Amino acid sequence: MARYIAQRAIAFIPTVLGISLLVFFAIRMIPGDAITAMLGTEAGMLTANQRAALEEYFGLDKPLYEQYLSWLGNLLQGDMGYSVRHGQPVLDVILARFPVTLELAVMAVLIALAIGLTFGVLSAIFHNSPLDLLGQLFALIGLAAPNFLIGTLIIYVLSVYFGILPNAGNYVELTEDPVRNLQQLIFPAITLGFAFSASVMRMTRSAMLEVLGQDYIRTARSKGLKERTILRRHALRNALIPIVTLVGVETGYLLGGTVIVEEIFTLPGIGRLTYNAISQRDYALIQGVTLFIAMNFVVINLIVDFVYTLLDPRISYAKQH
Amino acid sequence: MQNNIKTLDIPKKEPGFARRLLRSPSGVVGILIITFYLAVAVAGALGLTPHSPLEQNRLERLKPPSQVYRMGTDLYGRDVASRIMDGATNSLRVALASVFLSGTVGTLLGAISGFFGGLVDQIIMRVMDVFFAFPAILLALLVVVVLGPGLNNTILAIAVVYTPIFARVARGPTLSVREMDYVTSARCVGASDTRILLRHVLPNILPPLIVQVSLALSWSLLTEAGLSFLGLGTRPPQASWGVMLSESRALAEMAPWLMIYPGLAIMLGVLGFNLLGDGLRDVLDPRLRGKR
Repeated sequence: MARYIAQRAIAFIPTVLGISLLVFFAIRMIPGDAITAMLGTEAGMLTANQRAALEEYFGLDKPLYEQYLSWLGNLLQGDMGYSVRHGQPVLDVILARFPVTLELAVMAVLIALAIGLTFGVLSAIFHNSPLDLLGQLFALIGLAAPNFLIGTLIIYVLSVYFGILPNAGNYVELTEDPVRNLQQLIFPAITLGFAFSASVMRMTRSAMLEVLGQDYIRTARSKGLKERTILRRHALRNALIPIVTLVGVETGYLLGGTVIVEEIFTLPGIGRLTYNAISQRDYALIQGVTLFIAMNFVVINLIVDFVYTLLDPRISYAKQH
Repeated sequence: MQNNIKTLDIPKKEPGFARRLLRSPSGVVGILIITFYLAVAVAGALGLTPHSPLEQNRLERLKPPSQVYRMGTDLYGRDVASRIMDGATNSLRVALASVFLSGTVGTLLGAISGFFGGLVDQIIMRVMDVFFAFPAILLALLVVVVLGPGLNNTILAIAVVYTPIFARVARGPTLSVREMDYVTSARCVGASDTRILLRHVLPNILPPLIVQVSLALSWSLLTEAGLSFLGLGTRPPQASWGVMLSESRALAEMAPWLMIYPGLAIMLGVLGFNLLGDGLRDVLDPRLRGKR
């Protein structure tokens, strides 16, 4: 199994290189030069010599491929550059925000799994019953409602009917005050988990329906196994593979794609950091943060591959032989 | 001798595509919703809105829904219903253009990748993998940053995100189609690669792509609204459901209609395309056929 995981990890290397290329060149395609972006209006006061000196200092006078290689070399040593706006190394800025997004993503995944798996399994067991229809209706609405609408609605209901403003900007860390921290994160997590639970529910339902029609389920029944055991040991376990794929992909997205929800609930996470970096034209930070998010995605894909082998030993066996 | 001939039960002809789609409840509801959405968008494009979607009227600010303003007015006294209609036009324009772009480019890339295999396949699919590693909204944001905000760049951003998905969906069936006898025969009679690809491969990989088009339209509606919500898509004063929803945030307590109607519009549009996608999948996916 270790060999299988190693093979998968090696297979990701071209993807990782591609990601770094894409991010590097995309940022360089942004109109305007980097010096002006760093200094803002003050760049206009530079003399030609000063500008040339700055360009030499930042390596901007070198050919593009040399710039890329030295950037890549620095990356491998954990140096993502320096964020001018934050006055800190990019990696420090990112790592300071990451726990918020990570916590938010984990909570959203837990909510989605709790709702999605329960309703999905129930829907499949009671196929075509009123309960199933209700579950499917829920899934349709969940998939159609954008998270910025759910978030706006939640804030509206909370403020108008309960007089609460979820966060007015003062984010409290988990280690500082766990209760307040959870109070601040629960509503954004519900917002994110809602749509996600709808896709988990649909996937669970269809995977369970397919598995429940298999011969081995009939065999298990005819052996006289308890229905509960059949569902847990035989049906759900086999239905889990597509669900794990879905959860993996969605978690990868949640670790970088929560821009809108973090913006609505004013949470200082990676998403909001990205959004601000973009609106402030902080190129080093945009570059670092997009790379960081894409790398998260690759790592999660690796974890998903690993979980596959736990769920279904045939996978690593088949790939090796 | 004659007596040995058995009559064969000729299976009843399977009902046609349209008839089967109309038999699927989600397909029917989806078609109805989309027809309504199209009608509203076309009316908006033709300027058939009850009031001007852009004209400001200081005396009629934040009026609740009434006989004159069916969905109320916004902070600048503009008619919400007219802006919803104009928003339908804009969102439809973005959705159709971006899905057309990504569908064409993605399908061609996927079909070429699957058809030729080998190094071409490796290169194309590795590049697609790179795009897959970015969360959709982030990739769209990145494209908008590079190109600048605006309607056309929103279209491009959504197309960039969706191209790899079409490529992946097109590649799979191409792999099995290229092994078919009719492809071999076409090659035997001297058909060129281009001809085989366009005349024999493409028509036979269409079903999963058609389902994907419907889902892509729903997703691009959501993304256009999301980008506009962040202020990076359609720019004000142009009406977009995302812009309207974003503007409603500060006023939701005073004027909930500003939030409710654009929200419903987005949900209905997305729901319509999702339902149509479900219906199409029931009809076109051979694995599901006959199961219901």
